[in-house]
Amino acid sequence: MKTAVNVEKITVAYKKTPVLQDVTFSIPEGQLVGIIGPNGAGKSTLLKSILQLVPKTAGDVSIKGKTVQQQRKLIGYVPQRGDVDWDFPTNALDVVLMGRYGHIGWFKRPKKKDKEHALSCLDKVGMKAYADRQISQLSGGQQQRVFLARALAQDASIYFMDEPFAGVDAATERAIIALLNELKKQGKTVLVVHHDLQTAEEYFDWLLLLNKHLIASGPVSKTFTTDLLQKTYGGKLAFLSSS
Amino acid sequence: MQEWSQLLTSANLQWVLLGTLFLGMASGVVGSFVLLRKESLVGDAMAHAALPGICLGFLLYGRELFALMAGAALTGLLAIYAIRAITAHSKLKQDAAIGIVLSVFFGFGIVLLTYITNGSAGNKAGLDEFIFGQAASLVFQDVQILLGTAIVLLMIALLFFKELKLLTFDPLFAGGIGLPVSFLHGLLSSMVVLIVITGIQAVGVVLMAALLITPAIAARYWTEKLGIMAMLAGIIGGVSGVFGAMTSAVVPGLPTGPVIVVCATIVFVCSFLFAPARGLVFHWLKNKKRDQAIWQEQVLRSIYELLETRYKEHSTSLVFTKKELSYFTHLPPKRVMKAFHDLQKQAFIGNMNDGYFYLTDAGFQKAYQSTLQYRVENVYLMYESQLGTPPFGTEDRDESETALDTMNTELRHLLKKENLEPISFQVYKTTFKPYQNDI
Ligand SMILES: Nc1ncnc2c1ncn2[C@@H]1O[C@H](COP(=O)(O)OP(=O)(O)OP(=O)(O)O)[C@@H](O)[C@H]1O
Ligand SMILES: [Mg+2]
Repeated sequence: MKTAVNVEKITVAYKKTPVLQDVTFSIPEGQLVGIIGPNGAGKSTLLKSILQLVPKTAGDVSIKGKTVQQQRKLIGYVPQRGDVDWDFPTNALDVVLMGRYGHIGWFKRPKKKDKEHALSCLDKVGMKAYADRQISQLSGGQQQRVFLARALAQDASIYFMDEPFAGVDAATERAIIALLNELKKQGKTVLVVHHDLQTAEEYFDWLLLLNKHLIASGPVSKTFTTDLLQKTYGGKLAFLSSS
Repeated sequence: MQEWSQLLTSANLQWVLLGTLFLGMASGVVGSFVLLRKESLVGDAMAHAALPGICLGFLLYGRELFALMAGAALTGLLAIYAIRAITAHSKLKQDAAIGIVLSVFFGFGIVLLTYITNGSAGNKAGLDEFIFGQAASLVFQDVQILLGTAIVLLMIALLFFKELKLLTFDPLFAGGIGLPVSFLHGLLSSMVVLIVITGIQAVGVVLMAALLITPAIAARYWTEKLGIMAMLAGIIGGVSGVFGAMTSAVVPGLPTGPVIVVCATIVFVCSFLFAPARGLVFHWLKNKKRDQAIWQEQVLRSIYELLETRYKEHSTSLVFTKKELSYFTHLPPKRVMKAFHDLQKQAFIGNMNDGYFYLTDAGFQKAYQSTLQYRVENVYLMYESQLGTPPFGTEDRDESETALDTMNTELRHLLKKENLEPISFQVYKTTFKPYQNDI
């Protein structure tokens, strides 16, 4: 099987101490991957450093055998929803169109074709009726779906999604998972930061267990074990499973 | 009048007006990005911090425009750097850092200015006008620089619009698709620096930030599109600029900056009050109208349900009290009365003139539909788990496009099963007396 993402010994530090240390793994193509770890484990940082949004102290990343810079157009990204100003003067369709910017190129405006594509992506997440809605007038779950549609509009083959399920109801979560499985069927690779251990085993093919260091990376059957989860969450897991 | 026409034909004033027009336009456009990036205060600090630079430039090279502008840029950038350094290396938040930097730089500038004014160069220096601005003091060369800078900035904003927009809205995603975020960030900062230092002579360090931000704030009230917002802000800025320059040219001794800002502020206040959708007045009117429509519907539905109950209980009395209706609608009696009158005015309720009322055909239709919709929703909620949700849910019950389909056979069946189906013909044409004597 071909490798979609290869990460070699990345170390990232914001202040003095590293928040990620010597993280190494590789993910085969066509997998639905869950990234799991406690708050502050460095999950968002891992995605950001793969996408070169934060500087690395050390390490290398390759996407399908080439550098990230060479493969930008193959990469789709869903940042954490809290990171943007939702009162920005723009509507849902316009946000989804931003997913086309990488393809449109400098100095050019989105064409009709881009708009149609963006609209069809909104449709895929059930948000077509809201295309003209100012984004602050969308509910949290709807905003999340707009972000998802924007990533779809990127026409990528590897997706990085930071907590796409945060703040969405159970029905929407199932619909999103169905969509991700659809992507997988098309041979795409999807990496998802996920917080719910109850559903992790059911949703994903592959897990990355992370807590500053990589605890494990592998097929769910090998990685979703009490032993490894215990190691990832430390003492906190007992609290999680008893509640 | 004489004065005005004379002034307007003066070639120099025409240039000055053109200069301030473009200055205002560029400020409005650049300011839109500054505002949305929540960096308004940084712009203010940078403008204030330009003063010591101007004085230093003057002390070293005399009244050379380039020296003054270079000095302004230097200390302005230094101030931004100081703010970043303080926020990064101390526990102080950005607002505190801005406060400190702004006052230190501005204070230092005033000291230098006083030193210059008291010295040999004296008042000839004409540096006072850098505090509040004096557009009339612009000479042809100043206007040329102003025009050149403003046009370049407008072009950049146009060319990089898409990228600057994404950078402002979602810098992480911008980086994710490979845009050179640091370059764009630097580009935007340079645009702010440029507009501030070129605008200082006309508007002054104290109020330059207001010309940057106020038009953008005013424009924000009128639109939900960044492109239109930037354009509107440009127009508001341009008009304010021209108005300020003209007024200060006519009134001796009146500085330009304050007039520009007063003009932009008037536009802002009008926008705040009267803009459709976001403006206070329309917002208030819309809310009131919506509330009244909801009250009316509640009253209609309650009348329907009261009549239905009476019929089901085989009661012959079709008189109900104010209290009953109020209780049924969960509305205070005053609102019920208001809604009742409004419904009469719209001919949903007719008056028999003997103290009795009836639902007109239109009123009956409306009441029936509203009752049906209400009950269908209730039944749907009761059976939600069995009915299941469509792939991406219809959670927004606000939207007519997602409202439950009242013709859905399954739902109608459930409605019958729960004995909730509204009975129609018995209620139709029944007269009723809402309150004894009081309507
Ligand atoms: N910009 C930043 N500057 C300094 N420290 C940061 C920054 N961003 C994150 N950190 C720190 O890095 C660590 C990892 O953060 P990260 O956001 O990657 O965690 P996470 O696993 O995504 O957590 P969560 O589940 O809460 O989203 C945390 O300790 C955090 O405090
Ligand atoms: Mg995170």
